[in-house]
Amino acid sequence: MTALGALIRRDIRIALRIGGGALIGVLFFLTVVVLMPFAVGPDLALLTRLGPAILWLGALLASLLTLDRLFTADHEDGSLDLIIMSRTPLELACAAKALAHWLAAGLPLVIATPVLGLLLNLDATATGAVALTLLAGTPALTFIGMIGAALAVTMSRGGLLLAVLVLPLSIPVLIFGVAASQAAIVGPLPFGAPFSILCALSLVSFVIGPFAAATSLRNGLD
Amino acid sequence: MQLSPTLSPRLFGHDVRCVRGGREVFAGLAFEARAGEALAVTGHNGAGKTSLLRLIAGLLLPAGGTIAIADGDSELTVPEQAHYLGHRDALKPALSVRENLTFWADFLGGGMIRPIPDCLEAVGIAHAIDLPAGYLSAGQRRRLSLARLLAVPRLLWLLDEPTAALDVAGQAMFAGLMREHLAGGGLIVAATHGPLGIDTSELRIGN
Repeated sequence: MTALGALIRRDIRIALRIGGGALIGVLFFLTVVVLMPFAVGPDLALLTRLGPAILWLGALLASLLTLDRLFTADHEDGSLDLIIMSRTPLELACAAKALAHWLAAGLPLVIATPVLGLLLNLDATATGAVALTLLAGTPALTFIGMIGAALAVTMSRGGLLLAVLVLPLSIPVLIFGVAASQAAIVGPLPFGAPFSILCALSLVSFVIGPFAAATSLRNGLD
Repeated sequence: MQLSPTLSPRLFGHDVRCVRGGREVFAGLAFEARAGEALAVTGHNGAGKTSLLRLIAGLLLPAGGTIAIADGDSELTVPEQAHYLGHRDALKPALSVRENLTFWADFLGGGMIRPIPDCLEAVGIAHAIDLPAGYLSAGQRRRLSLARLLAVPRLLWLLDEPTAALDVAGQAMFAGLMREHLAGGGLIVAATHGPLGIDTSELRIGN
């Protein structure tokens, strides 16, 4: 536990320092959401209807933006070698890194959502629903994205590959995240059903993500 | 630093074959080092010195043969009993010297560690303890990496060109640390071009 705690603390600390990039995601999220009303036009009803989908897409792209550094930075400076050699199982180390990444880069997206909801003419209930679905869904994006980050670690231009690999896998999360938000805002479906599936997707990704990432890191050694 | 008071561990490789990118680097390599012994791996550039160290560290998979530690801790694999000091420093420029070393001590040692200021004192960079690692010179970065070997006790040190970037005083300091490690029953395998300043048996690979 000491080892995993140390890894989480280090990754969060690096992300929050200058140049760490934790806030890049939030800024990108902000940019996407601010641009959207300009593209859609001044139709408030339309904005309200599209709001949850825009917020979800923005969060998805923002979380992808920072994911490619998850293992690359450690690979470049040799830290990854030592992490692989250590007595801590690589699966747990991967899970710890993903958790730290979510705390530094995913959680700020959830916190920024209420502010951005105002720009899209969402009321308090709708914004709350979107924020809740993002809270349940962004961990899944991080843990699924970690698999792509681990596959792309040895490639110098792995960022683009990461997007191509991860986006298809994150479609279910997107579908149920937006469905749950819409259910809370306009109905007629109950909020519970799609939200439960969203939570289930997150739980599945907690199990599959670390194992898949650890396997691909071991096989990608050079 | 007494590592294993009763046992006398022995690192050995038998018929080790290494293939990188479809090309055979070396084959049929055998080596052995007993507790308290240092093995200097020599050979021309590209002979496979780094590859051999990475094979022992479990970071490459051998195409054939076995590498093991006999009479060591049977619960642990070879990489788990080893420190690897490679070309890359495993340091984060954004973190201070203390934070960098504390992280590796906690992560690798899990609590069983020597005090951080002691280790930094031993490698001669105690004055830079609160400086971000990004501001260190190449030699200071190397010294900080060496401090990692002291902070967490491990049986086997795998050193890849350990004296690169160290000044004369630094090389003498490091030779002292290696002698101390060997005297405590440790093992060293070092890839090197120059003299290490300690008694070593030579393993020459390539021709």
